Amino acid sequence: MARITLDHIRHAYGPNPKSAKDYALREVHHEWNDGGAYALLGPSGCGKTTLLNIISGLLQPSEGHILFDGKDVTYLSTQARNIAQVFQFPVIYDTMTVYDNLAFPLRNRAVPEAEVDRRVREMLEIIDLAGWAKRKAQGLTADQKQKISLGRGLVRNDVNAILFDEPLTVIDPHMKWVLRSQLKRLHKQFGFTMVYVTHDQTEALTFADKVVVMYDGQIVQIGTPAELFERPTHTFVGYFIGSPGMNVMPARVEGSAVVVGGETIALDYSPQVKAGDRAELGIRPEFIRIGREGMPVAVNRIEDIGRRRIVRADFQGQRIAIVASEDAEIPAEPRITFDPTAINIYANSWRVGREA
Amino acid sequence: MQKTWNNKAWFLVLPVLVLVAFSAVIPLMTVVNYSVQDTFGNNEFFWAGTDWFEEILHSARFWEALQRNLFFSFIILALQIPLGIFIALNMPKSGIGVPVCLVLMALPLLIPWNVVGTIWQVFGRVDIGLLGYTLRALGVDYNYVRDPVDAWITIIVMDVWHWTSLVVLLCYAGLVSIPDAYYQAAKIDGASRWSVFRYIQLPKMKRVLLIAVLLRFMDSFMIYTEPFVVTGGGPGNSTTFLSIDLVKMAVGQFDLGPAAAMSIIYFLIILLLSWVFYTVMTSSDANG
Repeated sequence: MARITLDHIRHAYGPNPKSAKDYALREVHHEWNDGGAYALLGPSGCGKTTLLNIISGLLQPSEGHILFDGKDVTYLSTQARNIAQVFQFPVIYDTMTVYDNLAFPLRNRAVPEAEVDRRVREMLEIIDLAGWAKRKAQGLTADQKQKISLGRGLVRNDVNAILFDEPLTVIDPHMKWVLRSQLKRLHKQFGFTMVYVTHDQTEALTFADKVVVMYDGQIVQIGTPAELFERPTHTFVGYFIGSPGMNVMPARVEGSAVVVGGETIALDYSPQVKAGDRAELGIRPEFIRIGREGMPVAVNRIEDIGRRRIVRADFQGQRIAIVASEDAEIPAEPRITFDPTAINIYANSWRVGREA
Repeated sequence: MQKTWNNKAWFLVLPVLVLVAFSAVIPLMTVVNYSVQDTFGNNEFFWAGTDWFEEILHSARFWEALQRNLFFSFIILALQIPLGIFIALNMPKSGIGVPVCLVLMALPLLIPWNVVGTIWQVFGRVDIGLLGYTLRALGVDYNYVRDPVDAWITIIVMDVWHWTSLVVLLCYAGLVSIPDAYYQAAKIDGASRWSVFRYIQLPKMKRVLLIAVLLRFMDSFMIYTEPFVVTGGGPGNSTTFLSIDLVKMAVGQFDLGPAAAMSIIYFLIILLLSWVFYTVMTSSDANG
């Protein structure tokens, strides 16, 4: 198990990168705790798999260093880094039995056969395939195969970290839930450092202690699910996390008040937005109250999604979403109020802190 | 279970049946017809029963030729399959090298059989051929016209040159279909180069290898044109394969009956051996 330090890592796939556009990974500089469960969340092509492959050593970063427990492993091979990785599609050795599949990484490292047997049997119990040990791995279902891939990673109990590259993509929804809770339990039991790549926010939020949101080749925020929800540091995080995402509208800051269109909203602090910066106001649909008081809006559509309703409306020329409870009354001339503590102000897409 | 009979459906398959009849069944039946009759010309035929089959199966000439065929096919498979796999493994997976290699590999396959024979016939000649002349100049006593071993080596090298590409291309197709994740997983599992070949590449190539082995076996077992052009079956009878012998018998001596009987036996041997190869190579799938 190890603490992972990413020291100014940049990566470009093409040779001679010139502008920031040429980098698949623009700059990553962070330290991840030993035993933490991190989820890398972001849309396709944001660089999350690139970052994962750099950690596992399948890819050499163009610039920067990667350290495990303070030891530089940038130039070490994947084998030497002693990590495990589970891929998007199950990788199994078709011609081997389930047992031999699990024993493979141990035998390659010349672990004594008695120890191999003990650990493989233990792992077969954990991944719930004990009855299948003697079967050829070929004819198994996708989720059984993925369990084997997972087991091959976990069977080496001395790994520095286990990396997951969207491992539940091919699993059907019910098994997804089972496997996810199994993974969580294993993580608690063994305490390995875990990095989990996904583009599914539910998966990331339920699984990880810390969610790392990536966008356009950089990490835009690392935080707990609650932090990502309440204080998105970048408008992208606001938009990407939550369903529907955060309402972001162009605004003008005037001292301790913010002006959206013709409406002025008072704040209890003065955001420091420099002249010339593009200022925006962000507020989650959950923190807008609809009723007879406040600023006028024009309701376009109401979507009933079970216990809540999503109101799509026009506010000062901006399309916004409002979450209303099922029994809330929506008057003929509706008005809205923003919860002042839930308002975030952004300058050039980055959040301007209260403390700043 | 209620079965529906619709006799009109037969009309739909009729065109194919007619086509197959003309291309395969009728010629084959003609051969069967000849194999059980004797003729002295004048288009008069007499019933001969199984005489010709017995004659062929008791002739030393047939068994010697069959042995040559088996030995030849064995050598061809033993050389071309490993060599083909080896070349395929070392071919580039991306970049400009891929089309270059593929074109180079495909070139021998595009040359007609008799042209390949002629190329090597000239290439190996000791008076004007580059290969024969060079070997002579280097002091090697090489002459495929006089020495049976030299004749065999020439034909085998020629066939390897002509057909290994096919094995390479098939194996390469199998190799490029393996997703990168397999190699990455193997790296992470600490697998050696040999393990990667044994547990990832070979299993994934199995199906194409089956096709390669079957094609190369059938083709090499039926070899005719190249030895006919290069050695004409000689020196002596040393490169007289079944096919060459068959043509001598049918066209040279005009022994239609024995030639027909031999054709049928030849055909059945290829059918039987192909079935054996197929069964052996696919049996491991069944008990998976």
